[in-house]
Amino acid sequence: SSHEYKLNFKKSKEMCLSYIQDAMLQKQWKKAAEFLTFYIESLEKDFSTEYVSPSEMIWRIGTEILCHHSRSSMKEFNSFTEQMKSLGVKRYLKVCLEHTFHLLCNGLIDEAYQNLSLSESWRFGEQTVIQDKEMKLIKAYKGLLDYYNWSKQKNILLEHGQDGFEDLSVEQEMHSYFRKAAVNLKEIIKIPGVWDLFVKCYVDLLEFYGDHNEARQVLNEYAYNSKFPANPNAHVYLYQFLKRHGESKKSLVSALKILHEVVPSHELMIDFNIMLQKSKKRKRRRLGLEVIFAVLDYAGWKENVKAWSCLAKQVKQIVISEKHLDWIQQEWNSRKDWWPAFHFSRYSAKRNWQENESLSYEKALVAGILLGKGCKYFKYVSHQGCKAQVKRFRILKKFVNKHNPVYLRISG
Amino acid sequence: RDFNERCAQCSEVNWGLTDGGRLYCRSCHNVTERTTDVVNSDFVCNSRIQTISKGLKKQEKTDGGCEWYVCEGFQLVLKKQAEALEALGVCPQMKDEVLCNFWRRYLQKTKQAYCNTSAGETVKALSVCDSSTDVDSEPETPSPLQLLSLSESEGDLQTDSSFASSISKVSESTSVCSGSVDGSLYLMKNRKEKLRMTMPMTLSFCYMALLWLREPMTLSDLLRFVVEGHIPYLNVFQHFPEKMKLYGLDLKIFRVESWPVYEEVYNKMLELAAFLDLPRFPDITDSCFLHPDMLCMKYLMEANLPDELHNWTCRVVKKIRIGEADFLTLVPGNKSTRNVKYDVLAAAVIVVVLKLLFLLDDHYEWLLSDFAEERNKNNKEGGPYFEFKKWYKVIKCSLDVKQKKLDEERAKYLWRCEKVLFYSDKQKSKVLKRRQTAVNLQNQFGKLSGSVLPAEKPNPSSFQLSWSEENTDGSCFHGHSLKGVLQEKHGLLTVKNPDYWLCTVKLCNEKTCGHLAHYREVDFPQSYHFVIQLFSFLLRIQPSYIHDEVCVVEHKLFNKKLCKKPKYNTGLRK
Repeated sequence: SSHEYKLNFKKSKEMCLSYIQDAMLQKQWKKAAEFLTFYIESLEKDFSTEYVSPSEMIWRIGTEILCHHSRSSMKEFNSFTEQMKSLGVKRYLKVCLEHTFHLLCNGLIDEAYQNLSLSESWRFGEQTVIQDKEMKLIKAYKGLLDYYNWSKQKNILLEHGQDGFEDLSVEQEMHSYFRKAAVNLKEIIKIPGVWDLFVKCYVDLLEFYGDHNEARQVLNEYAYNSKFPANPNAHVYLYQFLKRHGESKKSLVSALKILHEVVPSHELMIDFNIMLQKSKKRKRRRLGLEVIFAVLDYAGWKENVKAWSCLAKQVKQIVISEKHLDWIQQEWNSRKDWWPAFHFSRYSAKRNWQENESLSYEKALVAGILLGKGCKYFKYVSHQGCKAQVKRFRILKKFVNKHNPVYLRISG
Repeated sequence: RDFNERCAQCSEVNWGLTDGGRLYCRSCHNVTERTTDVVNSDFVCNSRIQTISKGLKKQEKTDGGCEWYVCEGFQLVLKKQAEALEALGVCPQMKDEVLCNFWRRYLQKTKQAYCNTSAGETVKALSVCDSSTDVDSEPETPSPLQLLSLSESEGDLQTDSSFASSISKVSESTSVCSGSVDGSLYLMKNRKEKLRMTMPMTLSFCYMALLWLREPMTLSDLLRFVVEGHIPYLNVFQHFPEKMKLYGLDLKIFRVESWPVYEEVYNKMLELAAFLDLPRFPDITDSCFLHPDMLCMKYLMEANLPDELHNWTCRVVKKIRIGEADFLTLVPGNKSTRNVKYDVLAAAVIVVVLKLLFLLDDHYEWLLSDFAEERNKNNKEGGPYFEFKKWYKVIKCSLDVKQKKLDEERAKYLWRCEKVLFYSDKQKSKVLKRRQTAVNLQNQFGKLSGSVLPAEKPNPSSFQLSWSEENTDGSCFHGHSLKGVLQEKHGLLTVKNPDYWLCTVKLCNEKTCGHLAHYREVDFPQSYHFVIQLFSFLLRIQPSYIHDEVCVVEHKLFNKKLCKKPKYNTGLRK
């Protein structure tokens, strides 16, 4: 490394920045603050050709330091942010937005609301147009806080309602918040993006005021509009809405089907399987099997009794009916190479038996059908179960023995 | 002093100065017996002398400022620098005589003052174009934007473009572009022509004066004092009088945003000396501080090396005849002699001596050191033997600490001062607002810095490292003996080390390639690099400069051998 003895303004500030960076990475906030004081004079120099201007640097670094420094307070942060707002008009709304976030994170909802209101009314020539995106976000968050306020008023109203009080002013305020919130929330969810929270709040408002059609439309848009990024939550919200409103099985199934394709391990898949198993339609039952097998492909479900019981139930039912064994064969085909080690090792058998008898029961059933009575898992668990004289294990053993030829056909 | 008297002959008040320092009337050329002490840099007096021949009296501008010329500004700068140097111990002659004589001569040569036609030139400042002195002047008036970019690269290239566009709409009157009368003309002047004054050049002037007086201050010392703030350079315009408004293009001239570079200052000094037609400088003899023998002694002390090494440096100096006055003394304009950088030369000599004694090939020096260590265990009487290893550890430790400190200082360097400058009135409010914000932020974060004491300006000192023999930890090597590396042969003391390696077999041509040699850390032994780095730190110059000089010294030293056997590889036997 050569220590340059030439030094100019730009270079010394670059060096200064690297010291600041080091200090911040090592969480030495005092040192970072110290070096920042020396960096600050960069503000006085025109760096319009730089990628990141000094004022933006100072804003970001200063914010970090003030967030973490032990002696910094909210008051200091606010005063700092105000200065930052006046420093760069091109960044004004961005700073406002981040300021709001910071206030929200510190639980200062009212201050955040004031901040958003002020920002919303900001106008600055062509900058207003250029910073349109930030403005939309500001309005969106304001909408969110309006929803929050609406919700507070609503709760008050409900309380009073219970006590028998009528409160016109509260009601009026509530409606006013609703109007403000609705306008802004509706706007933002038009733009392709991930707006989970906003959508939920908006739908909540619509449902309260009885506008189910609009709500359904919003949720459909959110879930099915290809311009929007793929978002499993969109389907979850839609499903929940449909369920709430007692919609047809068909629509429920189609909503969850997409969720299954996108997130096979989603927790709703259990409900989905239960729903599908009950169906009279063969196709749906087939889908149910596919769904539950897919769920158990994921490590997170390995020890979930409910999931295993769903699978066990369906498998048992198929075996007893002796119809559609090919379904099991199809599902098992791609899994027979790795499921044994994944789920049905002797080690798992021991552990499951020790920790969760029900789990081991369900799994043993499945293992016995899929791998035959000779498989390690089944042998161990059923042996233990019979030894412990638990009735259902005896029944289980009989059942598997009886249907052993099935295994031979499946594994075929 | 205002010279307000009317001329005896023509009753005009229009005075100029002859070469002899006498006042003469410009209107009728009547020479008086009155001499005036023009040496004083009193601002008002000078402006009188440079009065435009048209007879315009200086008007006070509406903003309380008055007209001033760029060279007056520089004169002030030089005055301040000279005062600072005097405070550092330089003899007062420097300020009162030498420097101002040089400056006066410069003004004369560049026709800015002290000559008959000077006024005419400066008048042209008001009309931007067609100055007769501009040989290759551009046919069209350079736009303000061009002027802004013409200036030294040290100024901010990222100029306020709004300023440029605003003044392009304004009339030719330069008083809007700059506080000084001739700011724009100054920047526009053809560079190929006379030496245009710049801030780094003020240091060249200072050094030239120091050299003339043979003051005990090397160029590296001078530049180091500048950086440490003991000599006004950065933001020296703070000391301009209130009436001298700095504005617009003046910033390009007077505001410094980089540290002065050794090579640049040195080369400009040579140019200047030639330009001013100076005669041979006073001889540098062996009793001068700048003589290699003296400087080597100083650097040896500073580098914590044994005093005994001084014998060897003197021997080398003598052998290659660089101690002779003719070699060392500056003769301006003499292109045939290579000009001497005293500090670098002394450092190079020491490096060569170290190579002679210790070889510095990453093997031999450690061997010798182990050998000395053994001897030292048994040797209880007399001084200890010098152990390279011990020395290396001590120096490396100190050097690392100092270097780290220096790096931090560089990162913390503050370029702006309390006085705020702006390019234009339009910019003024924005700049002031920014300044206010900056001050607020500095206060806010300053409080969060913890109890950090403000950095004190280090006391100016010629020595950056000092070692005392009173230290009981044995960290001072001055008195150590070189016996471990020497041997007696035929009654003479010679080095044990039989080998030597040349840094380079052939020197490059400085004119075509800019360097005499090329230094890359990886190409050379670590010990060599360490030693080079040590002096690089002390002198605050690039290691390659020292390496270049080492090559030159080596080539002088082994000249005969090199000439005889051109096929010689890098190894040499002495």
